[in-house]
Amino acid sequence: MSYLKDKGIEVAYKEISNLNTLNLGPTHPATHGIFQNVLTMNGEIIEDSVQTIGYIHRAFEKIAERRPYAQITVLTDRMNYCSSPINNFGWHMTVEKLIGCEVPKRAQYLRVIIMELARIADHIICDSVIAVDTGALTGFTYLFQWREKIYEIYEEICGARLTTNMGRVGGLERDFTKTAWTKLNAFLKGFPAVLEEFEQLVKRNRIFMDRTVNVGSISAQRALDYGFTGPNLRAAGVDYDVRVALPYSHYEDFSFSIPIGENGDTYDRFMVRLEEMKESLGIIRQAIDGLPEGPFHADVPDFYLPPKEDVYNKMEALIYHFKIVMGETDVPKGTVYHSVEGGNGELGFYLISDGGRSPYRLHFRRPCFIYYQAYPEMIKGSLLSDAILTMSSMNVIAGELDA
Amino acid sequence: MTAKVQETAQKLQSFLDSLSWLDKTEVNIEFDFPEAVVDKSKIHALLQEIKENPSMGFTFLTTLCGIHFPSRTGQEFCVMYQLHNLYTNERIRFYSFTQEGNPTFATITDLWPAANWMEREAFDFYGIHFEGHPNLTRILNVEDMDYHPLRKEYRLEDDTRTDKDDTYFGR
Repeated sequence: MSYLKDKGIEVAYKEISNLNTLNLGPTHPATHGIFQNVLTMNGEIIEDSVQTIGYIHRAFEKIAERRPYAQITVLTDRMNYCSSPINNFGWHMTVEKLIGCEVPKRAQYLRVIIMELARIADHIICDSVIAVDTGALTGFTYLFQWREKIYEIYEEICGARLTTNMGRVGGLERDFTKTAWTKLNAFLKGFPAVLEEFEQLVKRNRIFMDRTVNVGSISAQRALDYGFTGPNLRAAGVDYDVRVALPYSHYEDFSFSIPIGENGDTYDRFMVRLEEMKESLGIIRQAIDGLPEGPFHADVPDFYLPPKEDVYNKMEALIYHFKIVMGETDVPKGTVYHSVEGGNGELGFYLISDGGRSPYRLHFRRPCFIYYQAYPEMIKGSLLSDAILTMSSMNVIAGELDA
Repeated sequence: MTAKVQETAQKLQSFLDSLSWLDKTEVNIEFDFPEAVVDKSKIHALLQEIKENPSMGFTFLTTLCGIHFPSRTGQEFCVMYQLHNLYTNERIRFYSFTQEGNPTFATITDLWPAANWMEREAFDFYGIHFEGHPNLTRILNVEDMDYHPLRKEYRLEDDTRTDKDDTYFGR
């Protein structure tokens, strides 16, 4: 491994003539995103690989240093764009922690519902794409219809589908509409059967198991050393879940189990995500059953935009609107870190505020960026086709990787 | 939550006090995090001790990042380390400072392989060098970039613009 880094790929190529260098990416249809992997191949076996990342680096951490807090939400959308609401709410919760804002229980529960929907959407993408990469396209078409239905629910809640910019500091921008509840209920009614069907298609399928069992495995110890979190860590057998370990948004009110795997291989990662979708459905049901009445946002006029009709008719609302939009709100000084369980693992926001309108420093702990460095170790000695599967089962999202 | 953080802070404080080679270090609580500033010559040894000592057991490196404080003379560059004890669910944070010029810290990639890319990111963004790092090259920006963009002297918007006055639009 180290000889590549010491000498560069060309030298290794010239010295050992039976090794070939293969450029996988940056835009390769099998990698679902912009990743470059320079593989050193011995026949079809991968001897070593070097990753180049940063193809869609947009310097979010720098941009955030000039934006008011409300405008940073849209940056978080574009990190893990498969589950943007989780990122949005994670950011809002970070700011709420900084300003000491107590969010009403109803808003917290509504957030939980949306975040679990987002987790399902994220896992739908990952799991069905794993199936596609093994050649099972049918399951993908079944599941992706339901991802579309989740996006329709988002649309009903916030107006957007993929990059949602959902919620505000202090709660949600509006309560769920009647249509949103109808669509949510239809989803909860229809999705379990489809998930079951997908599971039956894939779970014990001989070809699928041959392709995924013991492919790209990582031990629990190595996974921890590499900073794995989320489903990838749980597939290796460590039951660390931010929702349980450090509950936020009243997750402690719900009873759910954390599915864990044993071998940390592609099959385990697939199964962990599959089971998590079922747990998420359970959490959504519990949140709906226990949904308290009350306001859907906290009373923080300094941060929460007033309703538009008040802006036109009331002086205070106009003042607050102006202050928020122009970024004139006073923010307390301090350093906060808040983490949420994103689709891929612990998504953390490390925020230093010096009292200015925008953060002094904002660092995103992006789970993808941290665990993708284990990829060379996981694919070493495996076949090229397995490397593709390993990558899709790790759910490496280019937006989150490069931020 | 707060009681637990206090407990962690006390545990960390007594542990830091018990290390004879470490200068007197004070543990502060910032929101839900105990944090301490450690001299950069001691940070590697301390992190190793915190990781390997069974009474502490902070074996998980959550994150690491560089920070630039141009106004703090002699402490311009900072690296923040955040550790997690997954068994007891405690989290702590360390800072280490150095002056500008050639900011250098000891690498912790020997303790956590996860630090590899995080340190490369800190190098890429701030030009902070990590001694002993196996491959300290740029990671997100292009290799032939000749500056470190997250340093505070590089402003986000064009300096020649006259239509925007910074006193009205933040820093």
